[in-house]
Amino acid sequence: MSNQEILNRFLHTDPRDVGCGEAIAVLHVYVDLMAGRQDAATRYPGVAAHLAACGPCGEDFAGLLAAVTGEQPER
Amino acid sequence: MQLAGSATRELDEESASWLRRLSGAASAERRAAERELHGRLLRIALSEVRRRSASTPVTGPELDDVAHQAAGDAMLAILAKLADFRGDSRFITWAYRFVILEVSSKLGRHFWRNPPVALDAEQWKRLPDRLGLDPHQHAEATAILTQVRHVVDTELTDHQRRIFIAIVVDGIPLNALAEKLDLQRNAIYKVIFDARRKIRRALVANGYLDDPGAEQQ
Repeated sequence: MSNQEILNRFLHTDPRDVGCGEAIAVLHVYVDLMAGRQDAATRYPGVAAHLAACGPCGEDFAGLLAAVTGEQPER
Repeated sequence: MQLAGSATRELDEESASWLRRLSGAASAERRAAERELHGRLLRIALSEVRRRSASTPVTGPELDDVAHQAAGDAMLAILAKLADFRGDSRFITWAYRFVILEVSSKLGRHFWRNPPVALDAEQWKRLPDRLGLDPHQHAEATAILTQVRHVVDTELTDHQRRIFIAIVVDGIPLNALAEKLDLQRNAIYKVIFDARRKIRRALVANGYLDDPGAEQQ
């Protein structure tokens, strides 16, 4: 990966990103959908965008999914 | 079992059972349900602190203490908010969210007791490594970083600059900074989000990044 690509990835922002508050508010719903093999990212694209970009919320998501399924998530 | 209110949902059998036992009038049954739920929360908390152990300075018995505190605090919050459960997920997933967030918050707070990063002026020099910039393209990486620093120094507000340097340059975990500044996690995230957009626009305008159309508005 070139330096340009690395910098582009680092500076990338997704306008669908709903932010921490909204993502955490529906985290249990999102995780239940994923645990049930449903397409949570299509139903909540803004939450998916946020979980992919925000380290702490991504960690909370990974922890909650692991708690209910015992699996590590694919974001 | 159905929940009262406008957004009524039919509960699955397990969720209905939890809700009935935890909010029921039979005190023996309620206490048994509380013990069972606390046991589950503690198991999840212990598993979660271990899952996060590589990214926290907290170790050994102190990690177990964090887990016990998280389970206890989550239990209190769940019981206090039982009426808020809308049935839009399984009850146990809703409940586990409390304990995961408690673990997350408590570990963020512990960061400041023994911060592992050296907060000094040399941190900018370590940014290329942190970002993974290719050292073989040293001249390009140096030029890019010089430009990023220039934008940070001249175009970010004082608040944005302070937060950006703390998170991106010094590598302080976002949760830990939120705890220290007594801000919501989202407030910190939004600052970084806006700073990234601002830096990106400046780098594109000055020819350090291609394809301005790739920036989504």
